[in-house]
Amino acid sequence: MSAKTLYDKLWESHLVQTDKDGTALIYIDRHLVHEVTSPQAFEGLRLAERKPWRVDANLATPDHNVPTTERAGGVKAIEDPISRTQVETLDANCIEFGITEFEMLDTRQGIVHVVGPEQGATLPGMTVVCGDSHTSTHGAMGALAFGIGTSEVEHVLATQCLIQKKSKAMQVRVEGKTGPGVTAKDIVLAIIGEIGTAGGTGYAIEFAGSAIEDLSIEGRLTLCNMAIEAGARAGFVAVDDKTIDYVRGRPYAPDSDQWERAVASWRTLHSDEGAEFHRVVTLDAAAIKPQVTWGTSPEMVVGIDDSVPNPADEPDSVKAEGMGRALDYMGLEAGTPMSDIALDKVFIGSCTNSRIEDLRAAAQIANGRQVAANIKLALVVPGSGLVKAQAEEEGLDRIFTDAGFEWREPGCSMCLAMNADRLSPGERCASTSNRNFEGRQGQGGRTHLVSPAMAAAAAVSGHFVDVASLINR
Amino acid sequence: MQKFEIFTGIVCPLDRSNVDTDAIIPKQFLKSIKRSGFGPNLFDEWRYLDQGEPGMDNSKRPVNPDFVLNDSRYIGAQILLTRKNFGCGSSREHAPWALEDYGFRVILAPSYADIFFNNCFKNGLLPIVLEEKIIDDLFRLASDDQALGMTVDLHKQALVIGDERILFEVDPFRKHCLINGLDDIGLTLQKIDAIKAYEKQRKSEAPWLFHGK
Repeated sequence: MSAKTLYDKLWESHLVQTDKDGTALIYIDRHLVHEVTSPQAFEGLRLAERKPWRVDANLATPDHNVPTTERAGGVKAIEDPISRTQVETLDANCIEFGITEFEMLDTRQGIVHVVGPEQGATLPGMTVVCGDSHTSTHGAMGALAFGIGTSEVEHVLATQCLIQKKSKAMQVRVEGKTGPGVTAKDIVLAIIGEIGTAGGTGYAIEFAGSAIEDLSIEGRLTLCNMAIEAGARAGFVAVDDKTIDYVRGRPYAPDSDQWERAVASWRTLHSDEGAEFHRVVTLDAAAIKPQVTWGTSPEMVVGIDDSVPNPADEPDSVKAEGMGRALDYMGLEAGTPMSDIALDKVFIGSCTNSRIEDLRAAAQIANGRQVAANIKLALVVPGSGLVKAQAEEEGLDRIFTDAGFEWREPGCSMCLAMNADRLSPGERCASTSNRNFEGRQGQGGRTHLVSPAMAAAAAVSGHFVDVASLINR
Repeated sequence: MQKFEIFTGIVCPLDRSNVDTDAIIPKQFLKSIKRSGFGPNLFDEWRYLDQGEPGMDNSKRPVNPDFVLNDSRYIGAQILLTRKNFGCGSSREHAPWALEDYGFRVILAPSYADIFFNNCFKNGLLPIVLEEKIIDDLFRLASDDQALGMTVDLHKQALVIGDERILFEVDPFRKHCLINGLDDIGLTLQKIDAIKAYEKQRKSEAPWLFHGK
């Protein structure tokens, strides 16, 4: 038998049927549902008088629209009437179709991509989908996970399957030891800087190499989360001891009588020796500095010790024009050292970076320091109610509030500004989220993507700074 | 889904690469629980000078005269010509819904983001991949004083401009679905036996995947 990639194994174990032209029907093990991309899908089911194929494969929670401030009033108290309708619609649909939902006031509520792994609802070897592009996150568990549109949400609800074509396989290897202050976020931003935002289009990416093996599961979740920013629908990491230790004891993990059998099966979830990839990219971990984006696409990224690049140095004219437009939008001059860029707001949160290790890393920098006077708002938004509770147990909330950060309720918040948390036109933000697109965090808002530690360092300094200089103090 | 028939339309040139779905339809319009009505807010932040919110009377808003959709040459355009990696970012199907609701039927670009590309076909929208050089030529033609008209023939997989024909590739399954206006779910439900057989087999191999809580 020929050597297989992890992608081959995940794909083949979910094949229901393949047509002659390669169009395949694949089975979906877990479907995560949130309020923004599901209402039209449920409506479609109702109109066609269809029922969900397998109710227990679904898990829902509202995240995009929920307020991160006071929630005591419940869903009824959500100020924006359209946001409220969307959350109420999710609640009503889950009741009508019998789907488990962690409602807004449930401690288990949170960002779907934080909640899934946290609950053990995302398991190694699964296919996981959600009407959200950052579903690639769950690949960190050794799963095939990808974002889908609303028509496909309806398709999964109705059939437990999706019509797909197999992607090409890419391996991104990061070898060696990372330097001080360099996190999974910096690694993935460096990867995107290397291959570009379309570099992974048409591929499923397996992340491998010693620097990836060294990452914790939470670090791998951050890494796989941004596979989509490199254009790849799915990104994943092979299963190892860390994966299995992470899953053990979680609410949706296999029962004890099936545990050993499950683990034996998960141990096979790696690429075989000699497996071939359509493309292999290798990065040197030691060469990666803490990363900061300067433009309006995640590929517009440099190290903290670098400067804003000059479009005049770019030979590709279409690309140079895009760079010029990005600099205009961002209000930046070519040649400005990244560490000279002053900020207005700081956002620590999102499905990329709102887990407990992220909050610990940020709190370590914030501890005993103060948010700089020029920072109008520094926001910490935990990824779930359980992350929030854990952080409070560790006293991280006090560290943040003592330093002048705001400590909020869980949700997507200012990553995409569908709720009240957003940037005003022209405001500049250090953000641990995943997209620095024009208007993403509020119309006219200027987003710089960084790691949680770098965001905290920027908050206490008022401008970007190499976090390593604060760690080694 | 509506059947995709041969048609002739105007080409609107949007000369930017990496156009993301946040730009195609900004997040504030995603709060709708409907599938229709997104057209007036297509490219909202580029198209209007003020800040758009759901429920506004869009006909009374100040338009950005420099944005190509507002150029009188391209009023009623049904074909969008653009650059590489179109539709990157968020998986929101609201993006193809907005393009379709505005009146676009076809997109021409050198490449697309995967999820967006897939979403288009579910909504009767045809994204066509063309070589960069052909896209460059089309940008030159479409930017003329006289708007460029083009016939799109999916059966023959051809774009016809006057006497010229540009052939394009399309996945046979997707072509079949577009031409016949087929609903994917209906097609999959014809395979119920295969799905059930798979489930049975999988349940015996990996029973822990079938545990609800």
